[in-house]
Amino acid sequence: MILTKAQYDEIAQCLVSVPPTRQSLRKLKQRFPSQSQATLLSIFSQEYQKHIKRTHAKHHTSEAIESYYQRYLNGVGKNGAASVLLELANEVDYAPSLMARIVLERFLQEHEETPPSKSVINSMLRDPSQIPDGVLANQVYQCIVNDCCYGPLVDCIKHAIGYEHEVLLRDLLLEKNLSFLDEDQLRAKGYDKTPDFILQVPIVMLCPLAVEGHIIHWIESKASFGDECSHHAYLHDQFWSYWNRFGPGLVIYWYGFIQELDCNRERGILLKACFPTDIVTLCHSIA
Amino acid sequence: MAAVLESLLREEVSVAAAVRWIAHSTQSSEDDFGEAAALSSLRPLRKEFVPFLLNFLREQSSRVLPQGPPTPAKAPGSSAALPGRPGGQPRGGRGARSQLFPPTESSSAAAPAEAPSARRGGRRRGPGPARERGGRGPGSLEEGFSGESLCWAGGRRPRALGSPGSPSLMRSDPPNLSNLEEFPPVGSVPLGPAGRTKPSRRINPTPVSEERSLSKPKTCFTSPPINCVPSSQPLALNCSPWGHGLPPGCRSLQEEREMLRKERSKHLQQSPAPSCPTSESGSPLPSRTGNLTAEPANPAKVSFRQRLELVALVYSSCIAENLVPNLFLELFFVLQLLTARRMVAAKDSDLELSPGALDSLESPLFQSVHDCVFFAVQVLEHQFQVLSCLDKGTLKLLAENERLLCFSPALQGRLRAAYEGSVAKVSLAMPPSVQAVSFQPETDNRANFSSDRAFHTFKKQRDVFYEVLREWEDRHEEPGWDFEKGLGSRIRAMMGQLSAACSHSHFVRLFQKQLLQMCQSPGGAGGTVLGEAPDVLSMLGADKLGRLRRLQERLAAPQSSGGPCPPPSFPGCQGFFRDFILSASSFQFNQHLMDSLSLKIRELNGLLLPQPEPSDEDGESDVDWQGERRQFAVVLLSLRLLAKFLGFVAFLPYRGSEPPPTRELQDSILALRSQVPPALDVRALLQQGLRARRAVLTVPWLVEFLSLADHIVPMLDYYRSVFSLLLHLHRSLVLSKAGEGEMCFLNKLLLLAVLGWLFQIPTVPEDLFFLEEGQLDAFEVDAIVSEHGLDDMPVVDQHLLYTCCPYIGELRKLLASWVSGSSGRSGGFVRKITPTTTTVLGARPPRTTQGLQAQLAQAFFHNQPPSLRRTVEFVAERIGSNCVKHIKATLVADLVRQAESLLQEQLVTQGQECGDPAQLLEILCSQLCPHGAQALTQGREFCQRKSPGAVRALLPEETPAAVLSSAENIAVGLATEKACTWLSANVTALIRREVKAAVSRVLRAQGPEPAARGERRGCPRACEHHAPLPSHLISEIKDVLSLASGPRDPEEGVSPEHLEQLLGQLGQTLRCRQFLCPPAEQYLAKCSVELASLLVADQIPVLGPPAQHRLERGQARRLLHVLLSLWKDDFQVPVPLQLLLSPRNVGLLADTRPREWDLLLFLLRELVEKGLMGRTEIETCLDSLREAQWPGDFSEELATLFNLFLAEPQMPEPQLRACELVRPNRGTVLAQS
Repeated sequence: MILTKAQYDEIAQCLVSVPPTRQSLRKLKQRFPSQSQATLLSIFSQEYQKHIKRTHAKHHTSEAIESYYQRYLNGVGKNGAASVLLELANEVDYAPSLMARIVLERFLQEHEETPPSKSVINSMLRDPSQIPDGVLANQVYQCIVNDCCYGPLVDCIKHAIGYEHEVLLRDLLLEKNLSFLDEDQLRAKGYDKTPDFILQVPIVMLCPLAVEGHIIHWIESKASFGDECSHHAYLHDQFWSYWNRFGPGLVIYWYGFIQELDCNRERGILLKACFPTDIVTLCHSIA
Repeated sequence: MAAVLESLLREEVSVAAAVRWIAHSTQSSEDDFGEAAALSSLRPLRKEFVPFLLNFLREQSSRVLPQGPPTPAKAPGSSAALPGRPGGQPRGGRGARSQLFPPTESSSAAAPAEAPSARRGGRRRGPGPARERGGRGPGSLEEGFSGESLCWAGGRRPRALGSPGSPSLMRSDPPNLSNLEEFPPVGSVPLGPAGRTKPSRRINPTPVSEERSLSKPKTCFTSPPINCVPSSQPLALNCSPWGHGLPPGCRSLQEEREMLRKERSKHLQQSPAPSCPTSESGSPLPSRTGNLTAEPANPAKVSFRQRLELVALVYSSCIAENLVPNLFLELFFVLQLLTARRMVAAKDSDLELSPGALDSLESPLFQSVHDCVFFAVQVLEHQFQVLSCLDKGTLKLLAENERLLCFSPALQGRLRAAYEGSVAKVSLAMPPSVQAVSFQPETDNRANFSSDRAFHTFKKQRDVFYEVLREWEDRHEEPGWDFEKGLGSRIRAMMGQLSAACSHSHFVRLFQKQLLQMCQSPGGAGGTVLGEAPDVLSMLGADKLGRLRRLQERLAAPQSSGGPCPPPSFPGCQGFFRDFILSASSFQFNQHLMDSLSLKIRELNGLLLPQPEPSDEDGESDVDWQGERRQFAVVLLSLRLLAKFLGFVAFLPYRGSEPPPTRELQDSILALRSQVPPALDVRALLQQGLRARRAVLTVPWLVEFLSLADHIVPMLDYYRSVFSLLLHLHRSLVLSKAGEGEMCFLNKLLLLAVLGWLFQIPTVPEDLFFLEEGQLDAFEVDAIVSEHGLDDMPVVDQHLLYTCCPYIGELRKLLASWVSGSSGRSGGFVRKITPTTTTVLGARPPRTTQGLQAQLAQAFFHNQPPSLRRTVEFVAERIGSNCVKHIKATLVADLVRQAESLLQEQLVTQGQECGDPAQLLEILCSQLCPHGAQALTQGREFCQRKSPGAVRALLPEETPAAVLSSAENIAVGLATEKACTWLSANVTALIRREVKAAVSRVLRAQGPEPAARGERRGCPRACEHHAPLPSHLISEIKDVLSLASGPRDPEEGVSPEHLEQLLGQLGQTLRCRQFLCPPAEQYLAKCSVELASLLVADQIPVLGPPAQHRLERGQARRLLHVLLSLWKDDFQVPVPLQLLLSPRNVGLLADTRPREWDLLLFLLRELVEKGLMGRTEIETCLDSLREAQWPGDFSEELATLFNLFLAEPQMPEPQLRACELVRPNRGTVLAQS
């Protein structure tokens, strides 16, 4: 699961302009049968998000919005049961859920007196049956269930995956008898930055090739693939902040990472794709 | 001065009398009348004798080429008469000082241009290109100040003080420091053609002219540098040793350029073959690289033995009486003489001495290398006591020096013995990597900030600070990297966010902690404590001389710590903090930093350090003693670091490249500055330190502080008096005195070393040392109050001495370079000494209890080992603190729980509108705060319970029972006092704060999603958590939903088995719950409802033969049953079942043809039957369905369904079955209705 930069680039190359659909994912799995599905999905999702970030602005000009809305209206005017919105999104190479949001927002602007608040829109996206127009509700729903990178359902899956891995990590810590403070406890104590776990007694992780081990004070669980973009963002927002307060620590990218990113070991940020097996704990009594 | 020396030489005056005469202004009764008469006539010259002597020796040795860096002498009086000095001669820089920094040897083409100025005293500070890199380099202090480098860079300082050759210039009155003629400001060096376009660390070419030989300061203050250019040497030799008969005049710049050209061409000739002896190339002089062989020294060839002995005796006596400013500088000079390679061939006329001149000073003192070595060995014999305290490496090199062996086998034997007796100290080098200051909730959490914003701003600032630090760590060694350019704007942006004063203090605390953490270890300070280069060389083996030489050239320059008197610098990580302060350029930050540094300095300076140990020196107390020493070392090093930064920041606004140009300006500045109170009352602290006999702690940090003062500071009355005290102290530290009431030897040596160093700092007037004497009496040190103090205890060890004064290591480097040059002996050892002490400071002194008990306790400790006291204090401190924490965790936490339940009651009884939170808080606090009184009782109990055990565990088993129980009782008392003082003052506020937090917590929790906060069941007991993960299930269900919703490929579909399996897995997951979080469960619930709707509407594409793309009814019903039971039994979040009747889901039925209503009806009935939905709830949903727009026939069917559902009786089960039985298909159902 730990990929070299070259391996990663090969995968990323295949993901250019692939719509975030069920079918795309299936093809990707066939193309890289040796990689784990979760890793592939994570990479796909990250690459797609990068793509969306790059192109986001051009879909949000007023001209673009207007043209999407008109095309939607024309489409459903002809056939309300057709996949109008989804096809539109795929055609202009934009995420279906986000396209649904654009059109929904535009629709509400037209039909409500006051411009819709973000929370109203989010709530309608979460539960399209709240959308006053039945046809639009169906169209939005279809976009959301067919989008595997954006949308409330995907967000929920990602959140669940993150949570599950934290639980997994907690179990591993308990199993190894390592006492820790978790995020909630830390927050209750007023810590300003909270890794998933701070070890109350640090451990040393041994590396097969290194003479010295690495001290670990904290562990952060990341249920995603560590690519350059996300890793750098995490370094800046989280990992260095943890280091600044608690010293060296360990990041577990459960779905793997680009090998070359594991370059801050000496500085005190270690990357692993699983819980380290070779750890040394402080002995309380020395014989 | 010469007269004094001559009368000594003629034996008219005894050495002892002369030294007494120098040291003390009054005549001693021991003095012989004739001596007194001889000397009294010279009285006005008294204070100039020592500077004269030092300069004389430097000058005499000028023909010797030591291979080490030249030794500066720092003396105001120059022997040179300056009659010919042109009146308009610009004031030079500091001649003597400028030689504090050895010129770097370099064979590069660029070097020759610099060599002359270097030789003349131009100093290259940062040796080598490594320190040339962009921006402020690692070390030196004033790189940040433009132009300052100039004053270091060369020129000389004319001295108008008396000189022997011109009695008319002799003055007996104390010089007027404000007289700009006499004490010209430093740094206004005449600029060379290079100009001063930008501050540069390179030396600006100083005019090279023979005029310079006029100025004796130049030639006599310095011994010639290593890399002297041959042709320039005769310039120095032109003058007779006394400086008479110099060709006056000044050459034009044109001539100077001509000379430079010549020198450059010579260098170019030499450089291609640096290793071939220079003699072959026709040069009369050896250079360090050119000729490593030294002239052998022979005791039999010494000329004027008696005269040399006499001068050596006078010189040694001056050293012994601390009449010289810097002991180690003189030792360095002596070692240079010892290791002189060969004598410059002097002019014949010099060598032809008239017999009558031999006993006078008409002939050179050192006529040969033999003379030099003889003199050096003579002095070393007198200085054996100091030598014996040097590190093992130096002792070894000295003991193995063949010249020394040859000239004084006795001294060699003593040195060898000292070497063998010396304890080698090897300690592990600490990795200098950065460790962050850890986050401590007690001081760093939200409660310590005025607002949320301040808290979050500081959070960001901490991260930016470390980001900057890491970047510095990565990049500061890159060539071309510049601190200000790279980080300046980021630092200022960050500082700009610090608005509240409280944030400033937080940041300063972080800054100061990080400073102490990173810079306390010498690894962080940069550079090894003891020079490494020679050992590296000896390890490599001497047979590979060529390689060795190249290596030496590479290593020598950058590794040199800057000669025996390096300027104040910020090595290693300290550079980061200096540059940070400079780049931040924030007034508020500097002020807060000064406040914080001052406080910490006061705190550490006043720290109760080891008490006098009872004299039993057994092994046990030795163990303790190591700890005491370590603690002392940590405190001392911390203090020095803090004081250096305090000095840096405090004098920062006043730092400039040079003193004010006119006297008027200077006077007005002095008038202004004397109004400004000092950043820290160092005079009072120094006086206290002297009184309490803690000079060994106070003076080293004070020296660091003063070393960063600006030019004006020493002229201010306040600091003048500080300097006077220091001078007084310096004189009193006579090393040979020992015994009761005297400071320990190494303590003295440390103070002499640091003070000697301070007296060489450029901003300290050179003459201060020699001129202050008269005022010493004015500042009588108060009678020493305490009998014992730190000064009497051997708190300083060799390790600490070398850590504080790394420049002492220059002695070793000098000797080592002799070895590598002369014989290239291999072997030896590598040793690094670095303090291992980075432990936290010990317990702070506790609040003293009052009255008799306190006195008794003090008395009790007096006769116990100090470790006992520290143990008790430590235990008391910790238990007291733990007691407070315990009260917080028990009593206060209980009260908070009470508050919470009271509040809950309130909420229940009054509903949501329970009024103003502030009012609520008041009510709760008035009920609960009185309980705080229990804290004192509980606290007392806690201390009583915990302290004795801790004391017992920490004291030796063998502690007598009575001592033990007393110690326990005192610990209990102190702990209780500490805890109760805190509790009585703070417990009410603490309760208030905690209750307030609880109230806002409860009120917040009142808000959103009350339903989600139900009682949650966990896994069944034996659960092994093997259920499928919720994320996986959501993902799977999502796939089904998307398949159903389309678009889909023709071959896509779901098998009925897969659906069944999916629901089975959902059940497992819902029952395991290990990995289930509420949002995931909510989505699972929602998806399951969607799935049910799809089942009801028969919208799930099923895999199978093309004809049969639909799920069999029975299967669908089974699946719905499973779902119903999951909803009923397994979901713990509310399931949005009303979605089943949302227009969108019901609308799914509209698309199916023929429409099938029976599954929906079945589902609705089951929902009611299982109690999942109420009838009325369903009816409301159905009602609202009518409002939607449907195709006409669908509306009709929908209406029929309503009627059917509504028509059913309350006990629906039999009907349901009947209904099913009677109705084979949908049509009949509708027909019956």
